[in-house]
Amino acid sequence: MINLRIDAQTTDAVTTPSENGQTDAILMTRNLNFWYGSAYVLENVNCDVRPREVTAIIGPSGCGKSTFLRCFNRMNELIPAARLEGSVVFRNRDIYDRTVDPVEVRRQVGMVFQKPNPFPKSIYDNVAYGPRVNGYKGDMDEVVETSLKRAALWDEVKDDLKKSGLALSGGQQQRLCIARALAVQPDVLLMDEPCSALDPIATTRIEDLIRELREQLTIIIVTHNMQQAARISDRTAFFTVAESGAGVLVEFNDTQKLFTTPTDPRTEAYITGRFG
Amino acid sequence: MVRPLLTAHRDVRPKNAMDNAKSLPRAHPAADAAASEPAGFDFAQSRRDSLRRKLVERSVHAVLFLCALISVLTTTGIVITLLGETIQFFGEVPIVDFLTGTRWTPLFASKSFGVLPLVNGTIVVALVAIVVAVPIGLLTAIFLSEFAPARLRSVIKPVLEVLAGIPTVVYGYFALQFVTPILRDIFPQTQIFNVASAGIVMGFMILPMMASISEDALRAVPRDLREGAFALGATRFEVVSRVVVPGALSGILAAVILSISRAIGETMIVAIAAGLQPQMGFDLLRSMETMTAYIVQVSLGDTPQGGIEFRTIFAVGTLLFVMTLVMNLLSDLLVRRYREAYE
Repeated sequence: MINLRIDAQTTDAVTTPSENGQTDAILMTRNLNFWYGSAYVLENVNCDVRPREVTAIIGPSGCGKSTFLRCFNRMNELIPAARLEGSVVFRNRDIYDRTVDPVEVRRQVGMVFQKPNPFPKSIYDNVAYGPRVNGYKGDMDEVVETSLKRAALWDEVKDDLKKSGLALSGGQQQRLCIARALAVQPDVLLMDEPCSALDPIATTRIEDLIRELREQLTIIIVTHNMQQAARISDRTAFFTVAESGAGVLVEFNDTQKLFTTPTDPRTEAYITGRFG
Repeated sequence: MVRPLLTAHRDVRPKNAMDNAKSLPRAHPAADAAASEPAGFDFAQSRRDSLRRKLVERSVHAVLFLCALISVLTTTGIVITLLGETIQFFGEVPIVDFLTGTRWTPLFASKSFGVLPLVNGTIVVALVAIVVAVPIGLLTAIFLSEFAPARLRSVIKPVLEVLAGIPTVVYGYFALQFVTPILRDIFPQTQIFNVASAGIVMGFMILPMMASISEDALRAVPRDLREGAFALGATRFEVVSRVVVPGALSGILAAVILSISRAIGETMIVAIAAGLQPQMGFDLLRSMETMTAYIVQVSLGDTPQGGIEFRTIFAVGTLLFVMTLVMNLLSDLLVRRYREAYE
């Protein structure tokens, strides 16, 4: 399964949390390798994500952060020629096992994207989309209200639920997308640079929201903004591009430790800005 | 607890590690410009260059404008020709009789100029064609854009294009020689020239256009939306039926309207396979005459030019032109609405 080239470079994964004896991880990757066609994107990533924590993923552009994030809900397989080796374990089950339906995975591992992408439908229908496709038969009004409240959007839109989701501001659209993801009651929420298209005020609101949601679910967030990672995350994973051209996990530690006493010189170079 | 640590880092961190543009040191643009200005500036040379550039720009502009003008002039010419003869025609036949009469016998001894039988025939054939082309075309488009693996797509697309490239006269004989006998086996009362056969074959002729425009519309639905739906645990079918198709709806409607427009204007298939009997009704197994088929009949026949009989084709042509124009404007309107949908 694992080819020789990867075995030769396992030293790139410096910190594997399993060394700390962590067994309570909700999501784990084991020897995760990823390719788009012939492009080697992720090299031998081992990473344990603890439940009810915010895990931030930082690193330079092109280091495979987003690809890594999308391995957790099998979004990458929508792209032809994507290939994955190794395993991603969610609640003790390999989600890439042949018996696992990706649709089932995505119902439990929700996702918020870089650019707000509400459907060209009403606010109500945006939030109700997930429960509807998942065959939810209960009180839809209640689900919509609860989800919008959890996403801190309810007060702004409660009188206008029939309005198009596209009529909202960028920050509101992103919170609508969060509400939409929350409506299917996922255990894990993946966020791919959710604030990169937003202004500072909207960003602050999303960050506040992430802190609140942390009480209820596990969040993995890719961010370009190290200050953001420092503000909102419990633990931070630093990725960089290895000599093979693929992204590697350099260091994964408590956010505070990673930013103050990085163990790897590459991490230190990046967070102090000496990265080329 | 984390914040103070970061503040400590902030001073030593150069710009490439910072995504917050607001804290980047800004170079002064004016200072750069002043520095790069050459010491001695040749104003005469500069003016010559500038004149030459303007000349080239203007001639390119003029040539392009003339090319664009040709199509406008052609359209204007056609409209003027049509209108001139049509106005003369309506000098002799009241426009109300033309538009509401149900007997079309301009070539007979007892002349009657009610165009409705031709309109009836045109609409019935177009409807049959649309009933064939829209569902098959739309499903083909959905398959090609959402389901087909790249290799299969690379086979189906060219085949569709071949279908689009077949001359309509071939389709006409295909209808008459192949489809009509089959229809007659199933429904013995089918006339040799019948609407069903012409309509079905016309549907296949329109199919590539319907499929290709719909596919463009489906593909124009942003990937973000598809991913958003997939991420919520939607199956491929749920993504297509609840996000992609609704998102592409106005584009698909535009495809339908353009297809109708094409079906109304199609000539050869109906002239060959639908017959030349202007009559009202919706019996698909009978012969009917469409507006286009009538124009062919008169143009190719021995009807003398200049007479009222000959002028009928201009009146029919104008009506046809107006009908397709309205259709195209409608589709234009829909496409424009559709373009705005995601911006």
